[in-house]
Order: sequence, then C-alpha cells, then structure tokens
Amino acid sequence: MIDTVLTILAGLLVVAGSAFAAVAALGILRLPDIYTRMHAASKAGSVGSGMMLLALALVANSGPEALRAIAAIAFFLLTAPLSAHLLAKAAYAVGYKLWPGSVLDEMPQIAPKPRGSDTPGEPHPASNAEVKPAIRRGG
Amino acid sequence: MNHSEFAQTFLDVCLDVSLVMLGIAFFLTIARIIKGPTLPDRVLGLDMLTSVAIGFIAVIGIDTGFTLYVDIAIALGLVGFLATVAFARFILARGKTGDDDEKLDLRRIDGDPFESRDTSISRNAR
Repeated sequence: MIDTVLTILAGLLVVAGSAFAAVAALGILRLPDIYTRMHAASKAGSVGSGMMLLALALVANSGPEALRAIAAIAFFLLTAPLSAHLLAKAAYAVGYKLWPGSVLDEMPQIAPKPRGSDTPGEPHPASNAEVKPAIRRGG
Repeated sequence: MNHSEFAQTFLDVCLDVSLVMLGIAFFLTIARIIKGPTLPDRVLGLDMLTSVAIGFIAVIGIDTGFTLYVDIAIALGLVGFLATVAFARFILARGKTGDDDEKLDLRRIDGDPFESRDTSISRNAR
C-alpha cells in the first residue's frame, strides 16, 4: 500500500518538476533581459530538478540510493543561487543594461567605496571593474 | 495487486510526459543559447542546460533503475557550478566588448539616451 502511494507521488513529482523546468526554459527564452532571465532560470530551474531528484529518492530500492539523491538536492540548492548571484554581479558590474521597463535599479553606478570602510581585508576584485563604466562615461 | 499495477502504469505515463517536457525545455534553452545576444545570456543558458540534464538523469534513473547515474548528476552539478563561476570571473575580467548588440535593441525600444557614450565607446574601440 505504501509502495503504491509512493509510486503515485513520484509520478506526480516527476511531472511537476519537468513542468517547472519547461516553464524555466520558456522564461529564459521570453523574458527581456539577462537579469529577469536569471530570475526564471535559477529559481524555477533548481526547483524543477530538485523535484525530479526527490521523486528518484522516493522510488529508490535501497537507502543509500535515496540518500544520494537527497544529497544531490542539497548540493544543487546550495550551488544554484551562488552561481546565479555571481553571474548577475559580474554582468551588472561590467555594465550590461537593465530592461528599460524595469521599475527599480537599487545599485545605480556604484561609487568606489573608501578602503576599509565596510569589510576588513582586501577589497573584492569586482570593485575595480565596477568603476570602469563610470570612467568610460565621463570620457 | 490491482492498485500497484495501476500505480506502475501511472508512473510510466508520468515518465513519458516528463521526458517530452524536458525535451521541450532542452530545445528552448538551446534556442536561447544560439540567439542570446550577450555572453551572460549564453552562460545562463549553459547553467540551465546543466539543470535540465540533471532532471533527465533523474527521470532515466526512475525509468530504468540505473541509479548509478545519480553520482554522475552530482558531478555534473559540481562541474556546472564551477563553469558558471569561472565564466562569471571571465565576464568580469573581460569587460564589455564585442557583444553590445543588446544596446541596439534597447535603443530601438527606448530612444537613444546613450548617444554621447556610444560615440566615445566606438572611438575607443577603433
């Protein structure tokens, strides 16, 4: 009985996860700029593959297999936001524009921070690149 | 017994449907990678391609029982993460150079607020 319920639950999870993945891919194709596309890919995409791995964990034959699938989910949920954040930060620092219809830009043309004001230690290498567009615009 | 047979049939139908949807997602992502006007778009497409491949591995694992591939899914996630991080560092180091096509699109939508900046950039480029 439990097996039957788990199998049906796994089927539902697989369909829902692949629907999330398809919606994420549609968002990547249809949304207007890199930041909104990233918002579709990193949230819906990771939820989609996480649900499919969870279905695999539900119908796995032995404990270690299920645990491996759970570990893959945890790993994926840890790394997906990191990579999306790094990519968005790099694209914004280099100067790729937001879509003109965006209502809010919370980091307009960051001024270079005075050293040692906020964080101890070396400044992040990105702080050099953030200055670049401002200089270019002035010249 | 009847219940478990129904569950197996249901799972098979679900797996077929999800394979079709994953294929659609794969091709939509590839369309963005080919079309994507800038480098970050393409890198994002590669990241999405990795997660769709992990989904494929999970569905194939349920379908055929080869759960050995879950290890490969973990390794694939690690490689995709490292590749995205390396590409982000590369985008940061490279600056904005060749692929400024998106700027043309924005100008078509929104007038040309960056005209003076454009001339300075093209002068620098030449």
